[in-house]
Amino acid sequence: MEVAKIENVSRTYKIGQLETRALRGVDLTIQSGEFTALVGPSGSGKTTLLQLIGCLDQPTSGKVFVNGKDVSTLNRNQRADMRRGTIGFIFQFFALIPTLTAYENIEMPLLLNGKTPAERRQRVNQMLEAVDLVDHSHHRPDQLSGGQQQRVAIARALVTQPALILADEPTANLDTPNGKLVMETMVRLNQDTGVTFVFATHDPRVIQYARRVVTLRDGVIVSDGAGEAPGMELMAAEPKGVA
Amino acid sequence: MIQLIKMAFRDLGRNRRRTFFSALALGLGLALLLLIAAVIQGELRTSMDLTIKLQTGHLQVRAKTYEADKSSLAWEDLVAEPEAAAAQIAALAPVKAATPRLFASGIVAVGDETAGVSIIGIDPASEANAPYRDGMVSGEFLAADDRQGVLIGRSLAELLNLKAGDQIVLLVNTANGDVDEQPFTIRGTFATGSPFYDQTTLFMPLTKAQTITRTEGYASTIFVLLNDRDQTEAVTSALKSSQYEVVTWQEMNQLLTQINQMSSGFMVVIYLIVLGITATVIVNTLVMAVFERTREIGILSAMGMRGNRIMAMFFTESTLLAVGGILIGLVLGGIMVAYATYVGFYVGNFGIEGMLIGERIYAYLTLTDAVTLIITAFIVSLLAALYPALLAARMEPVAALHSGD
Repeated sequence: MEVAKIENVSRTYKIGQLETRALRGVDLTIQSGEFTALVGPSGSGKTTLLQLIGCLDQPTSGKVFVNGKDVSTLNRNQRADMRRGTIGFIFQFFALIPTLTAYENIEMPLLLNGKTPAERRQRVNQMLEAVDLVDHSHHRPDQLSGGQQQRVAIARALVTQPALILADEPTANLDTPNGKLVMETMVRLNQDTGVTFVFATHDPRVIQYARRVVTLRDGVIVSDGAGEAPGMELMAAEPKGVA
Repeated sequence: MIQLIKMAFRDLGRNRRRTFFSALALGLGLALLLLIAAVIQGELRTSMDLTIKLQTGHLQVRAKTYEADKSSLAWEDLVAEPEAAAAQIAALAPVKAATPRLFASGIVAVGDETAGVSIIGIDPASEANAPYRDGMVSGEFLAADDRQGVLIGRSLAELLNLKAGDQIVLLVNTANGDVDEQPFTIRGTFATGSPFYDQTTLFMPLTKAQTITRTEGYASTIFVLLNDRDQTEAVTSALKSSQYEVVTWQEMNQLLTQINQMSSGFMVVIYLIVLGITATVIVNTLVMAVFERTREIGILSAMGMRGNRIMAMFFTESTLLAVGGILIGLVLGGIMVAYATYVGFYVGNFGIEGMLIGERIYAYLTLTDAVTLIITAFIVSLLAALYPALLAARMEPVAALHSGD
């Protein structure tokens, strides 16, 4: 089943008189259950592609489908609704709300989705266990290490059981052991829950976890193939980029 | 909702000093407005009470042709057989006191010093004279049959360096247009609380006043005090006659009524200025909060929080800030208003014709003023949050997420 589909998408940013083409006619399909890395140097268009799949941004041309629905023409509130119900985000910086505890940060998407207190309690506790942070549930972000914060972010992204988790450089601000722990957590949750992960990175240590690696350069996909992770299946073999 | 309040509360706690000073700004503004409203209200009430008690009474019965500002002594402008009329009026249940009074203008002369005065002939036994009798600061009150004695106010005594027992010469306009001149003895001095009144008023027994002004058997007015101001209309209707007119305290104190109305408009302007300044502080605080939390707004937006909910977050913060500010305002304002109510402010001799002002101003805070101010401060605080809330709600998630990169 297709979780996300990008059809001939371009994205151009205009800053003053200067136009920057971040993506140039990209096609990509993400199937349910994938653990896919978007790789490429800085400025290659990885983050832009994630933002478009994540309904945070809209394409200049082309179409973006999430769960079969065309999201390229949705208005602001419709995109917010789509994100709330379908997509979870993990960011490079430890994107937690500093005034909320780990528990409350994980609970926030459930609140936004109008879940009952009992449902919230059950889901948050499940997620705290899943990321091994039960003992830190009442700690605020400044009382957690970088790795712990990122695991809270993972739990928060997964708590609503979304169809798709998008992670932008999830280990960029972590040391090697913590980066490893975060990636192993993501792999485990992907295997346990079947949730689709797409993450942008240029860290070779992270890329090795991917079962599919999509490489971008200058706004086009230059390769799309199997990653190095053991037991993976090749999801797409042909490069899809269109210059 | 509880989560929203919890979040807002914690967000305000991030920069406690800034939050405290913002709430303090609102509190000080509110406290200041409570004090101003209470002082103006208190002054107007005191002034009205003083003017009614000393100058106009609740009602006056007088000849239709009588002009109060001219203190006319022509017989056709006066009330004939005033004692009988006063007794009749006093028999009405709502009437506390009814007494004839004669007004004339004159000049007090002591050596080379002179001072213009309003001479009032009173029935010394009347209950309506209580403010003067109770306000005696030296000497004795007048007796009805006293043909030589007068009372003067403390301010006039100080001005002319007089005391009880001293002699003065009084020049008085009479009914036939002449000026009569007679020596009098000061029996005592009084203080009513209005230095202006005390400096310009001289009392003598009604019979003596009638004699000296050639108006025997007449009075300028029947001065009526009621048990309750609200009975004015009923008593006015009961006293309607073809010969005389009944003038109410509202009609006699139009200047005060106008000042009262003007002060309401003036207060609105003051409200707007003070609360406008306060609103600026709140806007500044919340705009700073929006900029400091741009990335968090981006995160919440990425999680699917809609713009209206982001706005609600800032409105909740503003509401909490307003509640804190209002509580501070009520405490500070309460202390200031309590001081002004029980101790008052000394303003000295400050009054004009037609409006008596006491030498001390006492505040009087009405529930309506207090509630109006609290609600206005609250609404202004919420309005102040509108711009920052819109700013936050309209942020593009992508731009917000990458702020500070």
